[in-house]
Amino acid sequence: MSANRIYIYKRYERFWHWSQAVLIIVMMITGFEIHGSYTLIGFKDAVDVHTISAWTLMVVWAFTTFWQFTTGEWRQYIPSTRNVSAMIRYYTVGIFKDTPHPFRKTTVQKHNPLQRLAYLALLAFISPLIWGSGLLYLFYGNWAQLGVDKVLSLEMVALVHTAGAFMITAFFFIHVYLTTTGHTIFAHIKAMITGWEEIEEHLPPTSKVAQRSAGKT
Amino acid sequence: MSTQKFGWRHRLGGVLIMAASALSIAATDPAASGTPVAAAGGKAASTADHSKFKELQGPFKSGPEVTKACLACHNEAGHQVMKSVHWTWEAISPTTGKKLGKLHAANNFCGSILSNEPRCTSCHAGYGWTDKNYDFTNQSNVDCLACHDTTSTYKKVATDAGHPLYAPREMPKGSGKVVQPPDLTRIAQAVGKPGRHNCGACHFNGGGGDAVKHGDLDTSLIKPSRELDVHMSPDGENMSCADCHTFNAHQPTGSRYAAIARDTKGVDMKHVDHNRATCESCHDLKPHKNERLNNHASRVACQTCHIPEFARGGIATKILWDWSTAGRRGLDGKPLFIKDDHGHLSYSAEKGDFKYGENVRPTYKWYNGVVHQIALTDKIDDSRILELNRVEGSASDPDARIWPFKVMVGKQPYDPVNKTLVVNHVYGKDDTAFWENFDYAKSIKAGMDYAELPYSGKFDFIETRMNWFITHMVAPKEKALRCNECHTRSEDGRLAEITDIYLPGRDRSGWIDLLGGIAIVGAIGAGSIHGIARILSRRKGH
Repeated sequence: MSANRIYIYKRYERFWHWSQAVLIIVMMITGFEIHGSYTLIGFKDAVDVHTISAWTLMVVWAFTTFWQFTTGEWRQYIPSTRNVSAMIRYYTVGIFKDTPHPFRKTTVQKHNPLQRLAYLALLAFISPLIWGSGLLYLFYGNWAQLGVDKVLSLEMVALVHTAGAFMITAFFFIHVYLTTTGHTIFAHIKAMITGWEEIEEHLPPTSKVAQRSAGKT
Repeated sequence: MSTQKFGWRHRLGGVLIMAASALSIAATDPAASGTPVAAAGGKAASTADHSKFKELQGPFKSGPEVTKACLACHNEAGHQVMKSVHWTWEAISPTTGKKLGKLHAANNFCGSILSNEPRCTSCHAGYGWTDKNYDFTNQSNVDCLACHDTTSTYKKVATDAGHPLYAPREMPKGSGKVVQPPDLTRIAQAVGKPGRHNCGACHFNGGGGDAVKHGDLDTSLIKPSRELDVHMSPDGENMSCADCHTFNAHQPTGSRYAAIARDTKGVDMKHVDHNRATCESCHDLKPHKNERLNNHASRVACQTCHIPEFARGGIATKILWDWSTAGRRGLDGKPLFIKDDHGHLSYSAEKGDFKYGENVRPTYKWYNGVVHQIALTDKIDDSRILELNRVEGSASDPDARIWPFKVMVGKQPYDPVNKTLVVNHVYGKDDTAFWENFDYAKSIKAGMDYAELPYSGKFDFIETRMNWFITHMVAPKEKALRCNECHTRSEDGRLAEITDIYLPGRDRSGWIDLLGGIAIVGAIGAGSIHGIARILSRRKGH
C-alpha cells in the first residue's frame, strides 16, 4: 500500500487550506448574522469576529502568496480547457458506473482540469468581489479622506459583499460535497490532512488521461 | 469596663460627627465660615467673600434692591444679562433668520406668554414683567439671585412676575400653609456661581411643572445616580449645568434655536469660542477606542446611543397635552380634575387631557441644526398634523446626524379662518381668563385682542407635534445602546423609521438574497441528488 502513496499536499499547503477553511466557515456564519439572516452571537460580536477573521485571513494570504511564488505552486492554477469534457463526463455519467477517474493526481498536477477552472473562477471572480468589497467595508471610516465616498455608497459595497458571500457559500457546499468523490468517501479529506494521497490499485497507469497529463509535464 | 470604653468612644464619635458636620456646613455655605472654599458641583473657589462687602449688609426688602447692590460693583453685569436670552426671551435663528424665543415661537404646552405674563414670567431672569409694556431697559429689574443664589432658599413665586415672596403668604390659598419669604440679605451675602438648583428652578420645571416639557430635564438631576446622568452624578463627574453650558459675559451657550447638530471642531480649547455645549467639546471627535464606533459619529449623534431613554429619573414627563377637552366640570359644577393610578393629573379642567411617560424610548430623526419653528403670526396648514418645529436634515445632508427626540403630541386652539395659531388668555383675575371661566370663546378673543393680532372670532383645535432633542441624562457607557438595537431586521429596531440610509443588519437587496438563496439551496440540492444517485448506482452495481 505504501508504495502507492504520493506526498501531494505539503505541510504549509495543508496549514493554509485548513486555516482558510476555518476562517471562511467562521466568516460565513458571522457574515450572515451581520446580514441579519439569524441571531447567534449578537451583532457586535459577529462584527468583531468577522473582522478579526478577515485580518487573519489576509495575513494567511500574504504568506500563501509568498509560498505560491517561491515554490512555483501557483502553476497549479493555470487553467486548461483540455480534458474538461472528460471530467464533466466522469462526474455526470462515469462516477455512477464505477468508471475509473479520468485524472491521475501527481505532485506537479494535483488539480484536475475542472478543479483548475473552479479555483480560477474563485480566485479571479469571487475572491476579488469579496475581498475588494470587504476591504472597502473595513475602511469605511477613511472613505472621506480617500475621496471614495464620492464614488461609492455603503449600500453598493454591502450588496456586492453580500452577493460574493452567497457565491462563496454555494461554492463551499459543492466543494465539501466533491471531497467525497474520491475512491473512498474520506480519501480526499484524509489526503488534505496527512498530505499523502493513496493511489487506487485498480487504476491502470496507462489510462488515456493519465498518459496525456504525464506526457504534458 | 466595656461600657465605660463604649462611653468614651461614643463621646469621641459624637465630637467627630459634630466637627464633620461643622466642616460640611462650611463647605456648602461659604458665608458661614468666611473662608471661600470649593463649592459642590466642581465649582472653583471664589476669590471674594461676599458676606464682608459693606454693600451687601442690607437689609434688603426686595429683589431689585439686591440687584442695585450687585451692580454697584459688577457694573457690566446688568447690561450683559439684558442682552441674553434669559432676559429678552427672544432669539434670532442663525440659520433661518427668524425671530424666535419664548416671545414669538409657538409651542404645544402652556401656549403664549402674552396676556399671561405674571404667571409665565416667574421664570424670567428679571422682576416685574407683568404685561406687554415691560421696560426691558431697566437694569435694576435684572434678577441676579435666581442664578447666583447658593443657599437654595431663593424662590420666585409662581404668580408674581418674577418676584420672590416679600411677606408671609398662604400658599396655595386656603391650604392653611403659610410660606415665609426668603432672607434676601443672607442670600445676597452668599452669592456664587450657578448650580443645578439655580438652572433647574426654571429648566427642570419647563411647561409648568417638574419634568413636564423636556423629558431629559427634571429635578431628579439635582442629585442623580450615575446610571441616570454620568456627568452630573456625585458618583460620576459631579458636574453642574454651567460646566458644559459655559457663559461668556452672561451669554449662555447651547440653544435649541442654534444647535450644533454636528460639531466638527472638537475639544473646546482648540477653537476658544468658550462653548462646551456639545459632547465633542470635551470628548473630541473620536472618543471611542473602537474605530468602528468613531465612524458612527459622522451619521449618528452621540446622544442617540448614549441616552437610551429619557425621563429615567423616576419623574414622568408629559408626552401628550390635549387642550381641546379642557373646561369640563364635575357633577358638583366645579372644575374637574382627575388623577391616574400613579397620582398624575390625567385630566385638568384648566388644561385638558394629559399622558405621561417614564423611561421613554426617543424618536429618531435626521437633524442638521436647522429648525423651522412656527411663530404665532405664521400661516399654518390645517389639513394635516401641524409640526410646530420641524427639524431639517436627511441622509444626503452632510451636516445632519441622527438625533434622539421627545416628540410632544398636542392639540391646541387655532383660528380656522385666518389659519393661525391663537393666543389663549389663561391666567389672570378677570372674567375672560380661561382658568377662571373655562370659556375658550372669551379667553381666545381676549388673548388675541391683547396681542393685537387678527382673529376671525372662530376657533377650532389642531393636532400638533413638537420636537425636543434629547441631550441630557447621559447614561454610563455600559448602558449605551447595543449594536443590534439598530442593526436589526426587527420592526422594533430603533432606527426603523430612518429609511434613507443603508443600515447593515437591517437592509438588504431582495434580489440578491433571492438569487443567493437559490444558489446555496441549488448547491446543497445538487450535491445531495448527486450523492444519492451515487449510492443508488453503487448498490445496483454490486
